[in-house]
Amino acid sequence: MTEPFEQIVAEHGPTVLRVARAVLGPDDADDAWTETFIAAMRAYPDLPEGSNVEAWLVTIAKRKAIDQHRTRTRNPVPVEVLPVADSAELSATDPDPAERDDELWGALAGLPRKQREAIAYHYVVGMPYAEIATLLGNTESAARRAAADGMKTLRATYARERRDLEQGASS
Amino acid sequence: MNTDDMLAALSRGEDETLRRLHARLADAAAADGLLDVAYRTIDSPVGRLLVAATERGLVRVAYVDQGSDAVLGELAERVSPRVLERPASLDTVARELDEYFGRVRTVFDLPLDLSLATGFRRNVITHLPDITYGSTATYADVARLVENPKAVRAVGTACATNPLPVVVPCHRVVRSDGTAGQYVGGAEAKRTLLDLEAAA
Repeated sequence: MTEPFEQIVAEHGPTVLRVARAVLGPDDADDAWTETFIAAMRAYPDLPEGSNVEAWLVTIAKRKAIDQHRTRTRNPVPVEVLPVADSAELSATDPDPAERDDELWGALAGLPRKQREAIAYHYVVGMPYAEIATLLGNTESAARRAAADGMKTLRATYARERRDLEQGASS
Repeated sequence: MNTDDMLAALSRGEDETLRRLHARLADAAAADGLLDVAYRTIDSPVGRLLVAATERGLVRVAYVDQGSDAVLGELAERVSPRVLERPASLDTVARELDEYFGRVRTVFDLPLDLSLATGFRRNVITHLPDITYGSTATYADVARLVENPKAVRAVGTACATNPLPVVVPCHRVVRSDGTAGQYVGGAEAKRTLLDLEAAA
């Protein structure tokens, strides 16, 4: 590819950040984002013209997210479910807590890994389920089901937590 | 809460984070030897300038009031697509340009990468710093300087395609009738630079 890499970062940086945040949570997402673009920059001059840059970056991001997840967990065996993020702890490291919706992160982190990824790839990136299936190593219908199930849980959890929060604030 | 609201919540606070991450990426790329071309923009009395450097030195100075995309595209095409904005890589360049425009510097002391100028054009560019600060030479003078006295038009082309204007002083090359003539940054910028040097 001969498009300036600066343009690649400007164009796809936000998507990669959203995917990393949805899959890893906002704090680990920063490292995954940087590592994704460093790896991409290394390989970039050899990427054939006309490649789907977004899909390429998401594939790298997925690999980086898995690496990250492995190093962050004490047990090197990949696990299916991340512990639900502690909102208090998240807020403590956030440079701008007002900008962050911890309930949503909590709800996302509570989903099984494949559901989180299916949501990120489908709703954030807009990938077709056939491509998502390749990334997840399952079938198109399984990928579709993972996204739908995840979204359903997310809506329910998120709605409940917001309701609790509003009731807490008004009482 | 619908899907769109949830997705909007995912992108909250993104701009600030992306700026911070971009800076971190550029630093990491430089440390890993992956940053082939670093650039920044600088405001100057002759308009906004884009300056870019390789590991070897300053490779490009461009007038970019019409946008920097074309310049970055050319750098990606002709030098390397590994191009990122990294102001720190060009701190010395920015300082020397400031000093030049502030009339405290008459000679640039910067490593130059002339890889965007080839053949005869490169020969001309190499000789332009021989025209000292505050003075001018005609296109015919420069043609004689490069020992090709008939190549007056080619000298004009070399100046017009100078990849390092201001730093490599093509603005000091004027027409034999005494008028300033054409310039990559426009006739007004040429006049401004000549006036600036004359006033010092």
